[in-house]
Amino acid sequence: MTEGLKRGRHQSLYFDYPVFPFTPPAEMRGERSHHKVAVVGGGPVGMVVALELARRGIASVVIEAADTLAEGSRAICFSRRSLEILEGVGVADAVIKKALPWTRGTSYYRNRPVYHLEMPHSGDDKYYPMVNLQQCWLEQFILDRVAAEPLIEMRWQSRVSDVRPAGDHVVLRVDTPDGEYSTTTDWLVAADGARSAVRRALGLKLNGTSYEGRYVIADILIKHDYPTERRVWFDPPSNPGSTVIMHRQPDDIWRIDYQLLDDADEAEELQERRIRERIQAQLEMIGETADWKLDWFSLYKAHALCLDNYVHGRVIFAGDAAHLVPIFGVRGLNSGLADANNLGWKLAWLVNGWAAPELLGSYNDERRAATLDVFENAIKSTKFMTPPSRGYDLMRDAVLSLSLTETFARPLINPRQSVPYTYQDGPLTSPDDPAFAAGPIPGDLPVNLHLGGGRYLLDHLGAGFTLISFGPPGGQVRERIARLPEPGTVVVVGEDVADPAGRIAAVYGARQGTAYLVRPDGHIAARWHAGVSVEALEAALARLKIGNAEVGHA
Amino acid sequence: MLESSLDDAALERIYDALAEALDRSGREHEAVFLAKLALTLAARLGNEAEILDAIAIAERDLDP
Ligand SMILES: Cc1cc2nc3c(=O)[nH]c(=O)nc-3n(C[C@H](O)[C@H](O)[C@H](O)COP(=O)(O)OP(=O)(O)OC[C@H]3O[C@@H](n4cnc5c(N)ncnc54)[C@H](O)[C@@H]3O)c2cc1C
Repeated sequence: MTEGLKRGRHQSLYFDYPVFPFTPPAEMRGERSHHKVAVVGGGPVGMVVALELARRGIASVVIEAADTLAEGSRAICFSRRSLEILEGVGVADAVIKKALPWTRGTSYYRNRPVYHLEMPHSGDDKYYPMVNLQQCWLEQFILDRVAAEPLIEMRWQSRVSDVRPAGDHVVLRVDTPDGEYSTTTDWLVAADGARSAVRRALGLKLNGTSYEGRYVIADILIKHDYPTERRVWFDPPSNPGSTVIMHRQPDDIWRIDYQLLDDADEAEELQERRIRERIQAQLEMIGETADWKLDWFSLYKAHALCLDNYVHGRVIFAGDAAHLVPIFGVRGLNSGLADANNLGWKLAWLVNGWAAPELLGSYNDERRAATLDVFENAIKSTKFMTPPSRGYDLMRDAVLSLSLTETFARPLINPRQSVPYTYQDGPLTSPDDPAFAAGPIPGDLPVNLHLGGGRYLLDHLGAGFTLISFGPPGGQVRERIARLPEPGTVVVVGEDVADPAGRIAAVYGARQGTAYLVRPDGHIAARWHAGVSVEALEAALARLKIGNAEVGHA
Repeated sequence: MLESSLDDAALERIYDALAEALDRSGREHEAVFLAKLALTLAARLGNEAEILDAIAIAERDLDP
């Protein structure tokens, strides 16, 4: 072991792992302590849930077993939607400064190109469709925000060992270097990852499919001059029969994933010498002669597994604790961030007494539907990346071979990168107004537009509800939005944002009076073509389970 | 029962062409060759129901 691989604590070639001390909490100092929200697991999802809550005035305690951040790069590709979510909690700028943006990819059969991926990107998009950043850096940037947030208490080296629901609260036991303590919370967010202890304590199981295909995931340090894009080789001469993926990361780190053949011996393949040989062969194949160092590696198997329900009374599951998604098509952590975004405002509104409990049920409905949709796409990419049988193997080779000359077969190679899910059929979403001929539908995300000078339409969305109105809305409507307990924002196109050429109106299929109601998580709840009456707005709010929510009701 | 739209002479010529292409592919590649051919014909035909029907016909009596 020349490069400090897996010798106790991970010695990274590019990241200085901080060590966070254990500080005895109030409970161990003999003080009584009850929490409104306890988040179990201070991974990216747990921390973003805490930030979403803090943004809305809710305090939380984050209980984290480890004493440092994610070991190794793990998730490295983050979608445009994830950047929007991170923007909401004040982390996007730090990510953008460090991350590497990309829009394209190439797939090779043997070593001939067979497919070009091009993700849509225009001047109206504030963020690139995808950026690459090591998970440890992402966690560092999220943690920087968490540390600056007085409403969040991080508890390191604290492992939750038991969880017991007790009617109107939850009791949890926590193991620390100084011994055990127990504490209580009104709500518990289980964000404790793939091996969730909370899941185990509640006797819950993940259901779905696990795949046999195995990948070695490795990071190397190398000065390799190639643009940031996704490159995939099927059956390359460097590693015949295998699939190899390469992604660029910041700090001259490159991710190389390669598939193990079905008959490969795992113990043999995970020897450092063997990993080096395989990577060296790949680098030679692409003509790279520079010296390199191995930073980190891990074995990966694809799973498409999730809980049957993400909400169990006062215990709510998010991220890998709720679902394991195949990484092909970059979904693992992106799905988890979407959970945090969906859950944050709902839990905050509920804790504040601003919403009916069914609002939380909609978290399960919307995010489970999103997970199943992700599965459908991820399973297709997984079957292509690791054919599960000889039949799939043959068909894949047929498609790759045909695609060298025939365009018709190429869509089958599409890696189906993650796209945001539409909550179109969700319980909170109003039926669409049939008078619209264009524009995003209820459940969708609103379309961003560059307004000039680096300002974008969606910069105007608030932390609460936002009404985008083409021309000023009626006085009662404006007043109702302002009377929401977390006062809403009204954005008048034509006043707050200029639309001289009618570009915004065209994209939103709008006429004078048209209005879109946008939820705190950025999804459209309802839209009205000929204008919105206070009664129509009230109906949409009732569907959102916040019909009675007004200032003073809390 | 499938209604063929090929006359007997054409069918015979295609029979030979397939046999020779299979021989040229060799044991190692014959399966991929057939899979490519099937996909190509499917793309030409453009009728999903007819293609699924053809798959069912071909799968029948493989080991009678
Ligand atoms: C080796 C590997 C490679 C991966 N590669 C990719 C990739 O390339 N692309 C991709 O999209 N995704 C990838 N993933 C998945 C991605 O890392 C996860 O989806 C993501 O980390 C999920 O975030 P999370 O916050 O839900 O869980 P985690 O990041 O797992 O965080 C859970 C946290 O809970 C803590 N915890 C666990 N048990 C307890 C307990 N009992 N008490 C208190 N705290 C506890 C853990 O210490 C951890 O900090 C990879 C994962 C692994 C393991």
